Amino acid sequence: MAKPLVATAPFTGCFGCHMSLLDIDERILDLVELVEFDKSPINDIKTFTRPVDVGLLEGGISNDENYEQLKLFRKHCKILISVGQCAITGGVPACRNTVPLKECLEEAYLNGPTVVDGGVLPNDPDIPILLDKVYPCHEVVKIDYFLPGCPPSADTLWAALTALLTGKDVGLPYELIKYD
Amino acid sequence: MSDDYRKVVQEIVAKFGKDRKRLMDIARAVHAKTGHISEEIVGAIADALGCHRVEVRDMTSFYAFFSREPKGATTIRLCNAVVERMKGMDAVANAFEETLGIRFGETTPDGLISLEYTPCIGMSDQAPAALVNGKVLTNIRPEDVKSIVDAVRSGKLHDGGIVSVKSVESNLQQAGPVIFAPFERGAGIRKALSMSPEDVINEMNKARVRGRGGAGFPLAMKWSFCRKAEGEAHYVVCNGDEGEPGTFKDRVILTECPDLMFEGMTIAGYAVGAKQGFFYLRGEYEYLLPYLEQVLAKRRRMGLLGENVCGAEGFDFDIRIQMGAGAYICGEESALIESLEGKRGAPRDRPPFPVQKGYLDRPTSVNNVETLCCAARIMEHGAEWFSSMGTKDSTGTKLLSISGDCQAPGVYEVEYGITVEKVLEMVGATDAQAVQIGGPSGQCIAPKDFGRSICFEDLPTGGSTIIFGKDRDLLACMESFLEFFVEESCGWCAPCRAGTTFLKMQFEKLLQGRGTREDLKKLEETANTVKFMSRCGLGQTAPNPVLTTLRNFPALYEARIQPDDFIPAFDLKEALKEACSITGQKPHDVEV
Repeated sequence: MAKPLVATAPFTGCFGCHMSLLDIDERILDLVELVEFDKSPINDIKTFTRPVDVGLLEGGISNDENYEQLKLFRKHCKILISVGQCAITGGVPACRNTVPLKECLEEAYLNGPTVVDGGVLPNDPDIPILLDKVYPCHEVVKIDYFLPGCPPSADTLWAALTALLTGKDVGLPYELIKYD
Repeated sequence: MSDDYRKVVQEIVAKFGKDRKRLMDIARAVHAKTGHISEEIVGAIADALGCHRVEVRDMTSFYAFFSREPKGATTIRLCNAVVERMKGMDAVANAFEETLGIRFGETTPDGLISLEYTPCIGMSDQAPAALVNGKVLTNIRPEDVKSIVDAVRSGKLHDGGIVSVKSVESNLQQAGPVIFAPFERGAGIRKALSMSPEDVINEMNKARVRGRGGAGFPLAMKWSFCRKAEGEAHYVVCNGDEGEPGTFKDRVILTECPDLMFEGMTIAGYAVGAKQGFFYLRGEYEYLLPYLEQVLAKRRRMGLLGENVCGAEGFDFDIRIQMGAGAYICGEESALIESLEGKRGAPRDRPPFPVQKGYLDRPTSVNNVETLCCAARIMEHGAEWFSSMGTKDSTGTKLLSISGDCQAPGVYEVEYGITVEKVLEMVGATDAQAVQIGGPSGQCIAPKDFGRSICFEDLPTGGSTIIFGKDRDLLACMESFLEFFVEESCGWCAPCRAGTTFLKMQFEKLLQGRGTREDLKKLEETANTVKFMSRCGLGQTAPNPVLTTLRNFPALYEARIQPDDFIPAFDLKEALKEACSITGQKPHDVEV
C-alpha cells in the first residue's frame, strides 16, 4: 500500500506550528517512514499533483491568496486539520479585527515610526488583497479536526498524526491539550 | 486637566470621608458634575482617595453609566430591550436621529445632547421608554420626540416641560394578600422583637418562604447560616438591582409599599444580628431615590430605624441606599457586594458564600426586595397564614411582571401554582405563540407547556414574563436576548466573554438563512459549553434563549437551515471591498 500523503499550509501565522512539527526531532524519520509529504513549505512543493490524505493548516485567512489556497486544500485533501490558535481563531493576526483596515494600513505604511519619506500603501496588482478581517479556517471551508495550542507541541502533533494515520481514535490525553 | 476638575473631585471625595469603599458614590457624584470620567479625572480621584489609579479606572470603566469621554450635557438613553423593539422602538429611534441629526452613540455638535441605547430599564409594560438625565419617559411615540428634544434644549425637562409624554405609572394590575395588602408600619418589627432572633428565623422556616429572585433558596436557611457565621459584624443587603429584561416588579413595590421592604430588612437585621443594612438600587431607578430617602427619614422619626428600634434596648439598625450605575451582573449577589464595596461588579468565586464572607468579608445576607416584603408579612400574620397559599414547595404569592403582546401589561400578584394558561387569560393574551418565563435567562415555552404551573417545582421565575404573539419573529427576539448577554457579560471568564459572542455570531448566521445542519449542531455545542463552563449565573443561563427554543420550537430552526454541507461565514467579494477601495487594487480572479 502506498504511504499516506500529507500536505501542509502556512496561512497567516508565524510558522511556529511548522516549527513545532519539525520539533518531533528524530521521530521525523519515523514519520517519513509512515507518510510522504506533498505540497508543503517543508519540501517546497508548490502545487497539488494528486489526492492528499491529510492537510495540516497553520494560520488564519487574511487575504485572497490564503482564501484560494485553503479552498485548494479542501479540494485536494480528504482530511483537513486546523493546527494552532491562528487557524482555529485567527490568533494574534486577528487582533487587527478590532481596528478599521484603513487605520491598520496607514499606521503600518504611512504614519508608523519606521516610515521614511512619506511611505506608500502597497498596491501592486500582484500582491494579495487583504480581507476586511482575519478569519479562522473553519469559516471558509469545512474543517475535520482542530488541534489547539500556540503552537501545539511536537508530542501533540505526533500523537494526532500517528493516531489518524494508523486508524486509531484521535482523542488526545489532557496533558497534550492543557495550556496553562 | 483644569484645576476646576481637581477641586470638584477633592470636594466630593472629602464629602464621602475619603472612604475607598464609597467609590461608587464618589464616581457617580463626579460624573454628575463633569459629565465624564477621563483618565485625568481617574487620576484625581485616585490621588484624593490615596489609592492606585488602576483601582479607580478598573471600577469606572465597568459601569454603563460612566463615560470616559465628554458626552453631551444631556444623554438620552433609549431602551432597546426586546419588548421595546416589539412596541415600536425603531420608529422612535429614527425620530431621535432625524430630529437631532446624529446617530446613536454620537453627540450633537453643540455638545448638548448625546444619544445612547440602554438595556431594559424596567419599563417593559410602558414601552418604548427612555432615560433622560435620570428622568424616565414612557410610552414614547415618534411624534413625541420633537417635544422631548425641545424640552431638553430649553432645560424644562424636569419641570413639566413636556406635556405629551408620560412619566412612569406604577401599573399595579392585581394586588394580592402578601405584598400589596394594606400595611401598618412597624407591625412586623414589633412582632419580631417580641420573639428571639432564632424564633424569627424559625418562623420563616415554618412558612417555607424561598428567595423571590429566581433561584429560590430557602430564606430561613440563608438567615440561619448568616447568623451563625462568625465575623466582626453582620450585614443585611436588599437586592434592588432587578435587571432581568422584562422585570419591573421591584419598581412597583418601591412605588406602592417601600415601607414593607424596609420593614423586612429591619427584621432581617434583627434575625441575623446586623446593625447596618444596605439597599442597592439599580441606577435606572434613580428617579425613585428622593421618595425612598423620605420614607427612610420618616421611619427614623417613627423610631423604626436607628438606635433601639421600636424601643428594643440594644437593637440598633439603619439602612443606607446604595445606587448602582447600570450593570445587569450586579443583580448577582457577590457581584452586588463587590459593587457595594466600590469595585467593578465581577462575581466572586464561591464558596465562601456571602453568608460566610460577604460585604468586607463579613457575614452578609443578600435578599430580594420581594422576599423581604414576604418576611415582614410573615411576621405580621404568621407562618401558617403564609404557607396556606401557594404549593407545597412554593408557598405564598409571586409578583409577575407581564409585558409583550397582551391587553393589560403590568404587575400581578398571584398565588404560586397558577398555570401559564390562567396568566394569559388574566392579562388578555389570546394569541401567544410563546411565553418567556423568567426573562432571557429563564425559558421560552411553547403552547404545549401552557398548562404548566409557575412555581419552583415546575416553572421557576424571578417574575419577568414576556408574551410573544403569533406574528412575532420569535428567533429574532431571541437574538436580541443574546445581544443583551454579550453586552452584560462582565468579561472575567472566557466561556462567557467569548462564548456569548460566538453564540450570537452563529445564531445570526442561522437567522440570515446561511446556516447548515452542521451549524445547528455547532450552535448547540457552543451553547452547552457556555452553560457548563461559565463561572457565574450570567454565563450559565446566557445560552437559555437558544437552548430552550431549540427544545421547544425546533421547527423554527428547521425552516431556516439550508441543505448544503457547508456555507462559509462570509462572502469573499464583500470582504475584499474595503481593501480594494483603500489601495485601489483590483480583485484577483480566485479560482475554486
